[in-house]
Amino acid sequence: MRANTWAGRNKVKVRDVPDPKILNKRDAIVKITSTAICGSDLHLVDGYVPTMQDGDVMGHEFMGEVVEVGSGVPADKLRVGDRVVVPFPIACGACGACAAELYSCCENSNPNAGIAEKMFGHPVAGIFGYSHLTGGFAGGQAQYARVPFADVGPLKIESDLTDEQVLFLSDILPTGFMGADLCDIQPTDVVAVWGAGPVGQFAMDSARMLGAAKVIAIDKEPYRLQMAERAGHTPINFEEVDVRSRLLELTGGRGPDKCIDAVGMEASHGAAHIHAYDRVKQAVRSETERPHALRQAILSCRSGGIVSVIGVYGGFLDKFPAGAWMNRALTLRTGQCHVQRYMKPLLQRIERGEIDPTRVITHTLPLDEAERGFDIFKNKQDHCEKVVLKP
Amino acid sequence: MTRLAVREAADARQEEVQRRGRGLGWMSLGLGVAQLTVPDTVRRISGVDDSRASRAVVPLVGARELVHAAGLLTSRRKSAWTWTRVVGDAMDLTSLGMAIAHRRGRRRRRLLGVTGAVLGITVLDVLTAVQATRAREIGAAPAVGGARKGGPMELTATTTVRKPAREVYAFWRDLGNLPTFMAHLREVRATGDRTSHWSASAPFGTNVEWDAEIIDEATGEKITWRSTGNADVPNAGTVRFVPAPDGVSTEVHVVLTYDIPGGAVGKAVARYFGEEPHQQLDDDLRRLKQVLETGEVVRSEGAPWGKRARKEFPQRPAQPLSDAELAKGADA
Repeated sequence: MRANTWAGRNKVKVRDVPDPKILNKRDAIVKITSTAICGSDLHLVDGYVPTMQDGDVMGHEFMGEVVEVGSGVPADKLRVGDRVVVPFPIACGACGACAAELYSCCENSNPNAGIAEKMFGHPVAGIFGYSHLTGGFAGGQAQYARVPFADVGPLKIESDLTDEQVLFLSDILPTGFMGADLCDIQPTDVVAVWGAGPVGQFAMDSARMLGAAKVIAIDKEPYRLQMAERAGHTPINFEEVDVRSRLLELTGGRGPDKCIDAVGMEASHGAAHIHAYDRVKQAVRSETERPHALRQAILSCRSGGIVSVIGVYGGFLDKFPAGAWMNRALTLRTGQCHVQRYMKPLLQRIERGEIDPTRVITHTLPLDEAERGFDIFKNKQDHCEKVVLKP
Repeated sequence: MTRLAVREAADARQEEVQRRGRGLGWMSLGLGVAQLTVPDTVRRISGVDDSRASRAVVPLVGARELVHAAGLLTSRRKSAWTWTRVVGDAMDLTSLGMAIAHRRGRRRRRLLGVTGAVLGITVLDVLTAVQATRAREIGAAPAVGGARKGGPMELTATTTVRKPAREVYAFWRDLGNLPTFMAHLREVRATGDRTSHWSASAPFGTNVEWDAEIIDEATGEKITWRSTGNADVPNAGTVRFVPAPDGVSTEVHVVLTYDIPGGAVGKAVARYFGEEPHQQLDDDLRRLKQVLETGEVVRSEGAPWGKRARKEFPQRPAQPLSDAELAKGADA
């Protein structure tokens, strides 16, 4: 089959690889109809997530049709012919973490738990196409994929919604939603979202859906800010104005009640010298993150507020504003999304028309053009927001 | 005496060697300090205060004694350092012999007294040196962080399984289940109520077999076993099943002891366990958790044969296996 693979730093390559096969009884094989490039794929390609290997099949946002099931998948759960969206964290559904609905921390699904344990203290779940640290599972930017624990993760789509309407249930819609969910949003809340990429857009939509009084979008790409503005959110361009002053203006001096970091480890900064400081430290590997959005979110948040982090971090950062965090009684909440927890309720919201995930799609390309897709997405060419690939 | 008991005796002997070596070290320190600080007193007592050469020799000998002392007091390798003392004794006896030949009367009597004392010390040094060398050859000192030189190796590991204790206990007590999660085991066959026959894959495609017996157990709580007869690698283990605070899960606590033999077998076993032998047991318990909670060992494209500490990175790329790879199976 054809698959998009990691081929070294700053390089992906579509190549022929063997078709996937059942390895565990609870596996299913899915023929992929739609898949997407995620912002977090860029961290892999940029070389900031360790343990990638040449030839790793990428991609963790995909859906399609079940073409084979293992002997351990009960027929009432999944059958050949079912149309499914596959959540990006692989979760067994039976361990302590899964029982607590912390699916992205599943204790069983990562065969390389040892690396994760060394990096993070305790292991994390397996993730499709997302380095060997998260299990070494082949990803979904391909024609077919093996899906472990097929009786737990995949969400059956039985209505006639299009692929584009449901594909993002695999990752970015639940991830954005969780960013807002962690904020415990009240009707009086002003919510600021750093990053107006696809996850940020969905975090903004979710914050409003959960009842926030006002939602603010912070980014530097005018086209992304316009996209947020069209959806009814208030834009701040950090290259044009001072974010802190503008946030104070917009909140009567209080600061946003809830802040969401939808940027993560590769933030850019309006002030060139601070960006350069973090970029140099990152380049020499003495810090793995450029945590500018997180620092600004913590400093901006009103006292007693919540900072929710859904942008991806992988290692260590410095100049963490611990003083602001501690003295002003802030709550920091985070996690890789527990997608399985949110898929069904979000599908219902899509069916009821409360949220329209298709609004972020700017490009649809054949799988064979994945390299170009990565290129325009990474370099924000052609007003690129989200690339969907068709195998 | 079992081999473990032999090992304990060897350990005790090694401790004795260390203690005696330290004693000799303190003696060297005292002597060296005296020879360096009050050389004239030393020369008078020894009866060589008439010799100009002794004015240079005595502090030199003192400096040498300090080297012995430093070695004996700071290094665990007592055998080499006690031998340096024996060499020093030989030098001293030679000088004393020459001095005796040139003296008469009171000085000669003093020299004879000192020579007698040095001879006594030499005997003690030789005995300690021989003993220390022997203790080292047996390899009684347990190797730190691995099992390079043989000796008992104790491994502990623990995990929490979301199943009640009686169920986890029952799975383990059915010894035939052990190879499903203990990667190196090929087969465990019950041969009686408490006895069993074990076979394991060993390095270089060889097979090791031994008999074991359960020597203590409490249903739902604990199993203790040990190898019997003339096992190549005598071993013993205890697993305890402790209800976790959540009321549903069970903490599994395992302690294994392997008596790694010396020689070629021991070396092969040590290599098999690698630098961090506890990882093997850790992996086993992760697989136990996977088997009990999910039904089988979890596989990925990068790790198609399941969790293995030493093959986590780099490993095969995360892309589907070819038919040939799949047919070949694990290349353990």
